Amino acid sequence: MRYALRRLGFFAVTLWACLTLNFVLPRLMPGSPILDMMAKYHGRLNPKALQAIEVAFGIQTHTSLIVQYFQYLGNTFTGNFGMSLTQTEPVSQVIGGAVWWTLGLIGVTTILAFILGTLIGIVGAWRRGGWLDGILPPVFVITSSIPFFWIGMLLILFVGKFFVHFPLSGAYSYGATPGLNWPFIVDVLQHALLPALAILITSIGGWILTMRNTMVTVLAEDYVRMARAKGLPGWRIMFDYAARNAMLPNLSGFAMSLGFVLSGAILVEYLFSYQGIGYYLLQAVDNQDYALMQALFLLITVAVLVAVLAADVLTALLDPRTRTGS
Amino acid sequence: MQISAGAGQAADGSQPGGPARASERTAGRVWRAVRTNKKAAAGAIILAIFAIMALFPGQIAHDNPRAFAYGRSLGPSLHHLLGTNALGQDLFAQTIWGARETLIIALASGAASTILSMIMGIAAAYLGGLWDHGLNLITDILLVIPTFPLLIVILAYLPHGGLVPLMAVLVITGYSYGARQLRAEALSLRGRDFLEAARVRGERKPYIIFVEIIPSMTSLIMAVFLGTAVYNVIAAASLQFIGFGDPSSLSWGTMLYWAQNGEALQTGQYLWAIAPGLCIALLGAAFALLNYAFDEIGNPALQRVAARRSRYTAPWRIRAKRAS
Repeated sequence: MRYALRRLGFFAVTLWACLTLNFVLPRLMPGSPILDMMAKYHGRLNPKALQAIEVAFGIQTHTSLIVQYFQYLGNTFTGNFGMSLTQTEPVSQVIGGAVWWTLGLIGVTTILAFILGTLIGIVGAWRRGGWLDGILPPVFVITSSIPFFWIGMLLILFVGKFFVHFPLSGAYSYGATPGLNWPFIVDVLQHALLPALAILITSIGGWILTMRNTMVTVLAEDYVRMARAKGLPGWRIMFDYAARNAMLPNLSGFAMSLGFVLSGAILVEYLFSYQGIGYYLLQAVDNQDYALMQALFLLITVAVLVAVLAADVLTALLDPRTRTGS
Repeated sequence: MQISAGAGQAADGSQPGGPARASERTAGRVWRAVRTNKKAAAGAIILAIFAIMALFPGQIAHDNPRAFAYGRSLGPSLHHLLGTNALGQDLFAQTIWGARETLIIALASGAASTILSMIMGIAAAYLGGLWDHGLNLITDILLVIPTFPLLIVILAYLPHGGLVPLMAVLVITGYSYGARQLRAEALSLRGRDFLEAARVRGERKPYIIFVEIIPSMTSLIMAVFLGTAVYNVIAAASLQFIGFGDPSSLSWGTMLYWAQNGEALQTGQYLWAIAPGLCIALLGAAFALLNYAFDEIGNPALQRVAARRSRYTAPWRIRAKRAS
């Protein structure tokens, strides 16, 4: 119980730190980025929108910093993030549209990578010294140091050359009307294939290696030897005895990685012009659309915080040692 | 070289054995690692090649990397080993010259990040009490906030910042994992006899931290540095790829930025995208291989079941360790 409260406390402090960061950064930075942005948009936006920015970022207002700070906190908690300059709709609507694409693409890919990687790790450790076990770790050391947007670039090069009609950017074909019909679903899947592959290639190694290493340690335990002595079939020892106990690091890692879904593939979304959270974050940065950028950053951080909390709870639930330990 | 370092310290005469020998051991270990461990040797050789490229780019590539002086989008030839890009620049010269800035970013920000980790981690462990709580809370928060979006958000407010803010932000956001590790190690040293002895001798705190604690942690500090360097190579390249930093500078990340802007992928200019990306991957791999090898050597338990230290999987690996 004390443990849970302490984690909740940490959650609250970190959330506050992020909120405050969002508030302080634009006011603190040299060269006044907000004025810069206002000058850029002057004459292109209606005066009302400009006034809203002035209020949001504390320019030419006579309210004190502290009042501004509490106004900002109030706005954030009521879900009022202001208008997006470039998308010309409320920030919350932009996010509402983008978040599903990211969840769909990267969420599904993360789950796939976890399942595949864990299975490969289990088999690799079970057949220790086999060919799978021999090539994977060194290959993984190399792939882990490749920037994954570059893998995406290579995919675009390769597919663009050999499969001329395969879609290389966007979430669906230009002009297609979104709906639950077969052609559209096929279209979406086609567009998702390359970015998903780029993420899969670079993220699967972590799952494989963690699973394999824990599994190797568990396989040396006495109860596994006992199971062998009893003459249990190999697959039962592998899954019910060893893998079940070796899963813990990977499972809590999985809970964490779900939180990193929103932030995980900013560059992949950018590279493939896939209209998700990361794509809009970089668009917002490019156009100095600070309101949208702040809201996206907050959303990403909250997702991670919730996931960290979930991972903690999961570990505590599954592993009694953590409960008594702290 | 390691002999002279050891002798120099022993000439102090203040503490025979102890830390001086520890750092001598580490230096010897590094050298032995490079000689005997294949991974370490491969990493060291790649790094040495890039270092030569960074030191003598003009001797290796005779073309001016910035000049728009050649035919556009030429294929590889004897005149242009990697061809030219759509702007008429020589790609071989760009790749060679790009090593300098990329290496500087990796080494300088890696070193600065490691020093910050040492300050935050060791101070927290050594000072204890409220200091420990405070410093640890800051480190924990930075560990949890997703680093890459944070980098983007901070740099977004510095649109014309160039390279220095980019590196500064990398240092500030990247120190936390190392600080975590160093704090744990320093905590485990706290009750050791040689620190007690120093305290009884009446040494001052800075002396104990710099002469007693830090030298006995060199191999972990090395691992933190290498891990941070891998991460910084990739993070800096990614940031430059989306246009942060100085787009007119010569580095592999900026080359990728121009390749993307010049539609290199769509127009079949393969080498424009492949050469810098491959160099980044190789440089990252060199640091990762060295790190992996030191891990194996420094921790005999891992020699059979080699675990990997990675900056990306960091937060939950710590958690997993804490749990087990």
